[in-house]
Amino acid sequence: MARIGVFICHCGENIARTVDVVSVTEVARTWPGVVYAEDYRFCCSDPGQSIIRDAIKEHNLTGLVISACSPKMHEKTFRNLAKASGMNPYLCECSNIREQCSWVHHDKEVGTEKAIDLVRMMVEKVRMNHPLEPIEAPVTKRVLVVGAGIAGIQASLDLAEAGLEVVLVERNPSIGGHMAQLSETFPTLDCSMCILSPKMSAVKEHPDIKLLTYSEVEKVEGFIGNYTVSIRKKPRYVIEDLCVGCNECVTHCVFKKPKFPDEFNEGLGKRKPVYIPFPQATPQGAFIDPETCLQLTTGKCKQTCVTACPKDCIDFEMVEEIEEVEVGAIILATGFGTYKPELLPQYGYGKLDNVYTSLQMERMLSSSGPTEGEILLKDGTAPKTVGIIHCAGSRDENANIWCSKVCCMYSLKLAHLIQEFSEAQVFNFYIDIRAAGKGYEEFYLKVIEENVMVLRGRPALIEYEEQGNNGKGNLLVHTEDTISGTKLVVPVDMVVLSLGFEPDKDAVQLAKTFNISRSPEGFFMERHVKLAPVATTTDGVYIVGGCQGPKDIPETVAQASAAAASVLGILSKDKLIREPTVARVNELNCIGCFQCEKVCPYSAIEHKEIRDHDGNLIREVALVNDSLCHGCGPCAAICPSKCIDVDGITEEQIYSQLAVL
Amino acid sequence: MAEFKPKAIAFICNWCTYTGADLAGTSRMEYPADFRIIKVPCTGRIDAEFIIKGFEQGADGIWISGCHIGDCHYQSGNYFAQRRWSIFHDELEFLGIDTRRLKYTWISASEGRKFADEATEFVERLKELGPYEDFDQIIPKIEESGASVGGDG
Repeated sequence: MARIGVFICHCGENIARTVDVVSVTEVARTWPGVVYAEDYRFCCSDPGQSIIRDAIKEHNLTGLVISACSPKMHEKTFRNLAKASGMNPYLCECSNIREQCSWVHHDKEVGTEKAIDLVRMMVEKVRMNHPLEPIEAPVTKRVLVVGAGIAGIQASLDLAEAGLEVVLVERNPSIGGHMAQLSETFPTLDCSMCILSPKMSAVKEHPDIKLLTYSEVEKVEGFIGNYTVSIRKKPRYVIEDLCVGCNECVTHCVFKKPKFPDEFNEGLGKRKPVYIPFPQATPQGAFIDPETCLQLTTGKCKQTCVTACPKDCIDFEMVEEIEEVEVGAIILATGFGTYKPELLPQYGYGKLDNVYTSLQMERMLSSSGPTEGEILLKDGTAPKTVGIIHCAGSRDENANIWCSKVCCMYSLKLAHLIQEFSEAQVFNFYIDIRAAGKGYEEFYLKVIEENVMVLRGRPALIEYEEQGNNGKGNLLVHTEDTISGTKLVVPVDMVVLSLGFEPDKDAVQLAKTFNISRSPEGFFMERHVKLAPVATTTDGVYIVGGCQGPKDIPETVAQASAAAASVLGILSKDKLIREPTVARVNELNCIGCFQCEKVCPYSAIEHKEIRDHDGNLIREVALVNDSLCHGCGPCAAICPSKCIDVDGITEEQIYSQLAVL
Repeated sequence: MAEFKPKAIAFICNWCTYTGADLAGTSRMEYPADFRIIKVPCTGRIDAEFIIKGFEQGADGIWISGCHIGDCHYQSGNYFAQRRWSIFHDELEFLGIDTRRLKYTWISASEGRKFADEATEFVERLKELGPYEDFDQIIPKIEESGASVGGDG
């Protein structure tokens, strides 16, 4: 005979306001098998838990129903409590009378009636629960980190320092990500590369970090503690271990002059088909771009690079390789994209000269950039006035609705740097200044004091004026000053568009490969926006940095270390405990059709041979491999002989819930 | 006459729609209270027989909702579900079941608004259709026909 305990939580007023908790409790007391029912202000609190603990022991309960918030919130809490009180944790279930009842209905009568039903359904389910024992699974103490910008670099270093092996995969020929492109960083104005390059070298040199550049993750299989990952290593056509970055191949390339737009410099400079992406590139070596190399595109080239190389590093026969690695956890640090300026035709990017993106300006300001730190107009002269347009493509219902959080600060930084390194007067066109962060407001005030002009209003149009007041053509920014309420036309020589963050172009594919969700705007979705900001709904997969949403460098680094700490928490154990809610087969009824095998996404169905005493094979039946099964259930739904059921959500439990409606 | 209050069931998957329903709750989006949720790990778990049983227990409508196609937590469960429903839907129609009383949706964890809207639409629809009194007459017909309603994949 079942001995079920029912607890109805008030959640302060959160539940009690719309659900008459006392009458729900009274009704619950009348149900068969319910030997104890009680309501309490906060079941999750210490006193609440001790009431439950006492009831489990005193009434020798065989089932426990906690009617409170969503099981996603406190199911673990109460199952742990059950375990600590001597009850099998899988005999405890939560019915959701907050998120799915009191918070979505206002009428107390309606809320109470629904709550009674929800509690009753769970009582009937618990009646059919049986004790389950957790499944132990082995753990691979190695971590995959995808993306080697500052987020991936920091996470890899933290993990490797703690003694774990790391496989760091980067799709570009060099690590460094967006941070490597930046000139200086707000609000302290440290040179970005100066603080990043020591970490890049540390990654390259670390004995426990295996760095795979110009590589991409192809396939992911398995589950927390036991992932198998296939990585596609694209050919660099230069043997990475031999190349010392002497630059001879670049100098002797048949293209005498750089001809192709340089990706790292955002198209501002030119490169040859064989090139070193940037001076601090890691690995420090040349790389041949298969799309522009004459030998690789036409097969007809004098191959002067091959003859020039003193160490015979160049190998045009190099082919793609697939490498398989076993890892226990995965950190995604795949970064972000920026809004496409072509989608803002009113600002003339790509059509008007001297309209640049913020990243192009970063490159221009970098001492190793295409102009070696000089701010130059297309005609090679220095600008006298520069306009910076904040929120280009952000906070705009015609573009992206969200605030990218960092653009105000980097726009102010660009203004400061332009005024410091040139004679130009800078105008910042903003909607609001968002300078929340340590030292950020102070930086804003400092920039204002430097006589950077700030005008509040979103510019409507930029057009070219043949004969400007500087004696040559310039750009006219049509805007308004919403503070004085006047329309303005500001003539400037150069315009910088402060573009906001967007999900990376590969975000859709990556989300599919790693089986994680994306938020409405397309960034990867965290398990809980506040309390599990770097975890995902897929156990063992974490997200850090710009792939999760717009954020600055300090926040990215903090997330990277947070994810590394979470991974260490999992991989410090020798065995992982897995949920025992898995499928099981009734061998007596199994007809061996193996329909279940066809629908199982985890290849968890095995063939078990049934033999007679003489060892002759009688038949084969299905057998579930517990350590592979995730308990999803298509096998149970498809089984024609109804011999598969899923623990924790058996057919009987579904029918028993239906029966009380 | 008192307003008809439908009795309905929603089978929803643990990962997308259940979390979406929770989000509707945390965002305090109001919707009608005339259906009860049964949480399943995946829409792929839902046996066609659950639906028949639901109607048999007096449900006026049944709503099934899971992750968007391609977003299944278990990789492919909702593909099987989708295929099963497209076959099963026709079969139900053939048996004389009013398929307007069945609703299938894909609602992600971030679509709290969609959950509340679909819930409202579902209940409104059932209110218009009224109580499902014809079902009792269908059961003998199903038994006569000897049709199998489970494991159709």
